[in-house]
Amino acid sequence: MTTALSTSLSLLGPELILAVGAVALLMIGVFSAEQRANRLVTGLSVAVLVAALLWMWFYGRDGYAFGGAIIQDAFGRFMKSLALIGSAVTLFMSVGFAKSERFDKFEFPVLIVLCTLGMMLMITANDMLGLYLGLELQSLAIYVLAAFNRDSLRSTEAGLKYFVLGALSSGMLLYGISLVYGYTGHTGFQEIALALNGSERQLGLVFGLVFVLAGLAFKISAVPFHMWTPDVYEGAPTPITAFMAAAPKMAAMALTVRVTMEAFAPIAPDWQQIIVFISIASMLLGSFAAIGQRNIKRLMAYSSIGHMGFALVGLAANSETGVRGVVLYMAIYLAMTLGTFAVILAMRRKEGNVENIDDLAGLSTTHPLMALVLTIMMFSLAGIPPLAGFWAKWYVFLAAINSGLYALSVIGVLASVVGAFYYLRLIKIMWFDEPVGSFVPVAGELRVVLAVSAAFTLLYVLIGGPLGNMAEAAAMSFF
Amino acid sequence: MYQAIVFLPLLGFLIAGLFGRSIGAKASEYVTSGFLVVAAVLSWIAFFTVALGQTKAFTVPVLRFIQVGGIDVFWALRIDTLTAVMLIVVNTVSALVHIYSIGYMHHDPHRPRFFAYLSLFTFAMLMLVTSDNLIQMFFGWEGVGLASYLLIGFWYKKPSASAAAMKAFIVNRVGDFGFALGIFGVFVLFGSVNFDTIFANVATFIPAEGAAPQGQVALTFLGYALNNQAALTVVCLLLFMGAMGKSAQIPLHTWLPDAMEGPTPVSALIHAATMVTAGVFMLARLSPIFEHSATALTFVTFIGATTAIFAATVGLVQNDIKRVIAYSTCSQLGYMFVALGTGFYGAAVFHLFTHAFFKALLFLGSGSVIHAVSDEQDMRKMGGLRKLIPTTYWMMVIGTIALTGVGIPTTILGTAGFFSKDAIIEGSFAAHNAASGYAFIMLVLAAVFTSFYSWRLIFMTFHGKPRASADVMHHVHESPPVMLVPLYILAVGALFAGVLFHEYFVGHDYNEFWKGALFTLPENEILEHFHHVPLLVKLSPFIAMIVGFLLAYQFYIRSPETPKRLAAQHHGLYQFLLNKWYFDELYNFLFVRPAMRLGRFLWRQGDGRVIDGMGPDGIAARVVDVTRGVVRLQTGYLYHYAFVMLIGIAALVTWMMLGNSF
Repeated sequence: MTTALSTSLSLLGPELILAVGAVALLMIGVFSAEQRANRLVTGLSVAVLVAALLWMWFYGRDGYAFGGAIIQDAFGRFMKSLALIGSAVTLFMSVGFAKSERFDKFEFPVLIVLCTLGMMLMITANDMLGLYLGLELQSLAIYVLAAFNRDSLRSTEAGLKYFVLGALSSGMLLYGISLVYGYTGHTGFQEIALALNGSERQLGLVFGLVFVLAGLAFKISAVPFHMWTPDVYEGAPTPITAFMAAAPKMAAMALTVRVTMEAFAPIAPDWQQIIVFISIASMLLGSFAAIGQRNIKRLMAYSSIGHMGFALVGLAANSETGVRGVVLYMAIYLAMTLGTFAVILAMRRKEGNVENIDDLAGLSTTHPLMALVLTIMMFSLAGIPPLAGFWAKWYVFLAAINSGLYALSVIGVLASVVGAFYYLRLIKIMWFDEPVGSFVPVAGELRVVLAVSAAFTLLYVLIGGPLGNMAEAAAMSFF
Repeated sequence: MYQAIVFLPLLGFLIAGLFGRSIGAKASEYVTSGFLVVAAVLSWIAFFTVALGQTKAFTVPVLRFIQVGGIDVFWALRIDTLTAVMLIVVNTVSALVHIYSIGYMHHDPHRPRFFAYLSLFTFAMLMLVTSDNLIQMFFGWEGVGLASYLLIGFWYKKPSASAAAMKAFIVNRVGDFGFALGIFGVFVLFGSVNFDTIFANVATFIPAEGAAPQGQVALTFLGYALNNQAALTVVCLLLFMGAMGKSAQIPLHTWLPDAMEGPTPVSALIHAATMVTAGVFMLARLSPIFEHSATALTFVTFIGATTAIFAATVGLVQNDIKRVIAYSTCSQLGYMFVALGTGFYGAAVFHLFTHAFFKALLFLGSGSVIHAVSDEQDMRKMGGLRKLIPTTYWMMVIGTIALTGVGIPTTILGTAGFFSKDAIIEGSFAAHNAASGYAFIMLVLAAVFTSFYSWRLIFMTFHGKPRASADVMHHVHESPPVMLVPLYILAVGALFAGVLFHEYFVGHDYNEFWKGALFTLPENEILEHFHHVPLLVKLSPFIAMIVGFLLAYQFYIRSPETPKRLAAQHHGLYQFLLNKWYFDELYNFLFVRPAMRLGRFLWRQGDGRVIDGMGPDGIAARVVDVTRGVVRLQTGYLYHYAFVMLIGIAALVTWMMLGNSF
């Protein structure tokens, strides 16, 4: 027993670091001076996240823990890396914002760490219950984070909306899990797959599948479970929006991939239909609805809905190249999102932060470098070669075509044409409109993020090979 | 040497056109003018060796142009007497116009471009006259059309100039369409576009008279199956259609008066001396074909005579000094076509040759006048300029007496026009084709009018009291030598070209001179007959000239009130002539406005509503509609959101339940 426990715990190094770290940070926060608490805890939080990342990279081993409830594999490591990077970078970016917007409470970084722990558990989950626990830990942290700015009506409204709808989706997920358990008698992914193998198609199980996927789709904000996204993105404080757009998406997408590819692999044709539907609906809605937006955070909400649709195209292919496509898509999406939100965080005038698209007018004359980075991001999000965003789309559509999903591919490409409009409109506003006042100089930490993400997006062509190999290894976990 | 004649202007064009900005206006002027002077001198040498010497006609190959299927076209210079005549006409006038332009365009900021265009035109014209085959001729034909378009619209900021340039180009397209069809027809009939092959085959192409009709179809045109004779006629008419467009014959003449919007040297070079005579040259060059189609020749005679009288009547009442000369050009081209139609090719080319001198002289002279009176072109605002610009006055008088054909009948004392024009009138009397009687009457009448409007121009411009404002009159000045010297040279040509060369072109030395470059059938004896017309016929041009002069003198010197009274009395006729027989209005109504309506319809309805509406605009509008709908879904109400989620899951469940995928 002790050996089994110690083996299990030894596999869970990163998660343990985060768990222990979160508790310790809380204590440090409580017992340190109020003025310095946030800054100190934020710094330490980033350190904890990085430590978890490094531990995983250098000491991470494959294997099952806690009787198969937890799995460590290449796929999990890749996605966890993305989640950790996303969390660490958003935390890093929030420093300046926290100071200026009276946002400097040390609970913020602690909640982020806890949320990240939830994501790690989601990604490593190999069991429906583990999945649910991780998901709830992550979600609860985000509910609080969304409403973090208690004095702001919009922030509290966002938190409340997200909480209510999140509870609804959790209910659906649980209901689905119970149905699956009822028809297969198992909660472990491998066991479910074994039970499904060769059995008749049971309608109740398909019900369960639909409900489970609905619960997961809520987390990746896929249509028709996306309704919370624009309101919450707009209402939540910008660093939290950046966090929500980046890290939890990685975890939820990883979970979706694992559940479909692992537990429900035998009934692939069923879930493929659902994924195709969700994917098409997300791509179309994301592209069309974003056109009508004036607020850049809202626009990014629709943009993320659309991009989740594109990523799901790869999953719908139900193949190794498909999974590789999803994994790469998420990696590239992470870089683009972080870069874009770094720009949004930098949209600061003397009076405070602004969020309207029109505030970007004439950015090319006032802040040429910032305009250049945002232009690169927008071109990349629109999928213009040779930027990273193009390759992301290329991988998933390639996989879809290889699997014969021609209609899906055509609709996807058309949706990306529509989507290109609002990205290009942003570029037009930046480069061709008259300036309407200027932003304050960009903070140092944002400059770093801007530079790194722009470099990644620009130079993806060069670094795409090694990254692709890693993604391939990750995808191989399921085959 | 022959290559140099043709390619020196091209070189000039390239230098002035590509490097005009960097080498400057002065250098561009000198380079192009210098090359043209060299080319002109070489042309005269060529003329003396080929036309007057013993050298037989020959071909200078340049390069292989097109070789595909049955077409094998060389780029070659065909040098014979006809080409040599055209070479001296083109290069001499062009060189003089280049030099003249140095003075005339002195104030224009775009001189390099102007001189580049002039040289380009000259090159294209040389390409046309030296062509060895129809393709090369077509190349030159289109090249001069392009250069003409560019030069008419040289002052492109003037809307009327741009419109005139477009009109010239479009009207010429109509003719060129016929020309192209004619070339295709020739290729179908003879299997070649090389002149040598065509001319060799045409003689045997027409079945001998009395031979059994072959009954075979040589060409199907517009649904008609044509035998050899008819096919040849059709081809000739199509080719003539090209000539009508380029040489401004009715009903494709409307562009020429408008072309006067271009700078005056351009009018002199292109729209008087050279390009407009391309049609005449083409028919002369293709005389071996035309000679075999009496029908086509009759048609040519008819069109030429009609144009001659038509343009002369319109010229009577025009007030713009350049337009008078433009209509005069149109009319004189009619004379040339009558000569061609009556089989009197020598006279046609002879008139082309002399006309180039005196008409260029008149144009450049009028340019000198316009230059003197501060760019005024309306003759009603001139008058009394004789004392102030005497040199120009005398040059214009020389041009006028050459145009009206002053000379003493039955002697060899006379100006250039006296020899060439009278030969055509006598030839039209002596000829035997169906339209020649009509042509003779029309040409004599036209001669009366020619004399009238030419002297009217002189009297209105130089005599009487000044009608210009005192300010303008104060500034009147004689042109600089760079503009006057070309006038002197042209004046020499206008006075003596006839007496010197008439024996060669239409007289005793005809055969030695032409060496077969112009083809006539054995039964065509017009060369013999035109010498033996009745004395009254010989006197008729002279009488016409005197009558016209006296009328003009009466109207504009002795009682200047007469024209106004007449115009008032015959108001309808006056308006009819002043408005150029309402050709422009008719075309406007028949072609231009329907075309505009069709274009507007296709633009607004076809492109705007259907293509844009269904395409880009429509899709964009639908996208916006969809966006509006989707955005409206986002109400902000929590229960709406929850409802959407539940609807979504219900839909998915229903779908999975009903759509059996296994």
